[in-house]
Amino acid sequence: MRSPRASLRIARTLLSTQYAYMLEYRAEIALWALSGVLPLIMLGVWQNSGAASQAGWSPAQLRHYFVAAFIVRQFSVVWLIHVFEEDVVSGKLSPFLLQPLQPLWRYFAAHLAEQATRIPFVALMLLALSAVDPGLLWRPSLQKLLLGLMALWGAFVLRFLLQTLSSMLCFWSERAAALDRLLVIPYLFLSGLVAPLDTFPPAVQRFALATPFPAMVDFPARLLSGLPVDLGGGYLSLLIWCLILSPLCYWGWQRGLRRYGAMGA
Amino acid sequence: MRRSKTLAMLLQFWRSSLESESEYQLNLVLECLSVFGNLAGSLFVLSLLFSGQSTLGGWTWNEALIVLGLYTLLDGFTSCLLQPNLSKIVNHVQQGTLDFVLLKPVDSQLWLSLRCFSPWGAPGLLAGCVLVVLGLPEIRPQSLLLGGLLLASGAAILYSLWFSLAALSIWFVKVWNATEVLRYTLVAGRYPVSAYPPALRLVFVFVLPVAFMTTVPSQALLGQGSWHWALGSVLMAAGSLIASRLFWQFALRHYTSASS
Repeated sequence: MRSPRASLRIARTLLSTQYAYMLEYRAEIALWALSGVLPLIMLGVWQNSGAASQAGWSPAQLRHYFVAAFIVRQFSVVWLIHVFEEDVVSGKLSPFLLQPLQPLWRYFAAHLAEQATRIPFVALMLLALSAVDPGLLWRPSLQKLLLGLMALWGAFVLRFLLQTLSSMLCFWSERAAALDRLLVIPYLFLSGLVAPLDTFPPAVQRFALATPFPAMVDFPARLLSGLPVDLGGGYLSLLIWCLILSPLCYWGWQRGLRRYGAMGA
Repeated sequence: MRRSKTLAMLLQFWRSSLESESEYQLNLVLECLSVFGNLAGSLFVLSLLFSGQSTLGGWTWNEALIVLGLYTLLDGFTSCLLQPNLSKIVNHVQQGTLDFVLLKPVDSQLWLSLRCFSPWGAPGLLAGCVLVVLGLPEIRPQSLLLGGLLLASGAAILYSLWFSLAALSIWFVKVWNATEVLRYTLVAGRYPVSAYPPALRLVFVFVLPVAFMTTVPSQALLGQGSWHWALGSVLMAAGSLIASRLFWQFALRHYTSASS
């Protein structure tokens, strides 16, 4: 067992090296940030449909919700499987395994560093949005902001765990990324990214809420945009799903590593 | 003589890529699941947008189905031809294998754009056609012809945009993402352009011409096409094809190859 001080030092080193690495690819990250405009496009369609006002949403609430969903999406993007797949297939994972550190932490730190690199680009995009229509932005209360950021980070961890689980399939199959693409479909349509959950028919809404997906977008976006939200239920759902997924990931890692047969293993 | 040679070569290319792709049969299942999952989700969202009203931006449910169908069709076209070919340009530049392509006695743009053919876009093509047929109230040969022509123009615009973006990799090697951005923003074509606020409509006509890819051909299929939109679409397609050609020649002049 490592002392807390040593862990802190490792975390700091990992984060700072990954941040430096990500800064080198800032142009690429700016493009990735641009590719997250889907919620804003959907806002355009929803504004011209009366369906949201039927669900009791005011035009301002609708705008804020989708802008919040855009922010949530920006900071909960997970691309672990694409990197991990290549590292497994090409054997780059082997040297990481020699180090006295669980390799997944390295990927986790890379994601955090990428988020930090994204901040200025997202801020610029928000600035551009406010230039188009100042009504798109709002000022959340400090309490809502903190709670929302916490939920956003929880959503990221949940997404990371879910993708860790599908990444473990890389040890068995070369098509793991294709399988993960299938998981994106329920995420897209059930999380509230393209349509607010309030507009769903009750049965579909109940079904969606039983999956982990609404906790990934709907819950943090509602908190940030100041819409009425079930605070306890949202955090509980995040916690429960994380608790379900973590042991599964651990188990997958243990089993997968035994299968791992790339160069040097 | 020359033309038939090119055609024979293309057929040979596609036969060989079909053979190599047929090794991955699991892909067909995954691709079908992906297309139908996405389609079910899109239909669900469309039904939400229509709840409590009979039109969306002046389009009825059936008419909106045609737009969605054409989007699915173009998405299938993307998976069949654009994605497998154009996403490799970046690799060619990065690894220096573009030199080999340039040395071949074939037009380099033709080779880079049509070398591979992936059968995995077929479910999308099929599903798109089914949606269009479901949405059409009556099939008139005249509007079918015009719609087909405008869809082809839309596909040409899509190709030119994608190819030009991929050609940027001559200068910026890590440009693969730019095509991903394109793919994500083209999602806007799932809905008729008039469903968007006026400012976005202008963007979708002039900056990112999704209007010409799905909305304009749909109107033509419905027999509501107007000649100036049709003319605009064909002109835009011709213009963007020529522009992509010129841009590629310009890019090649800046290509310094791997060994020099």
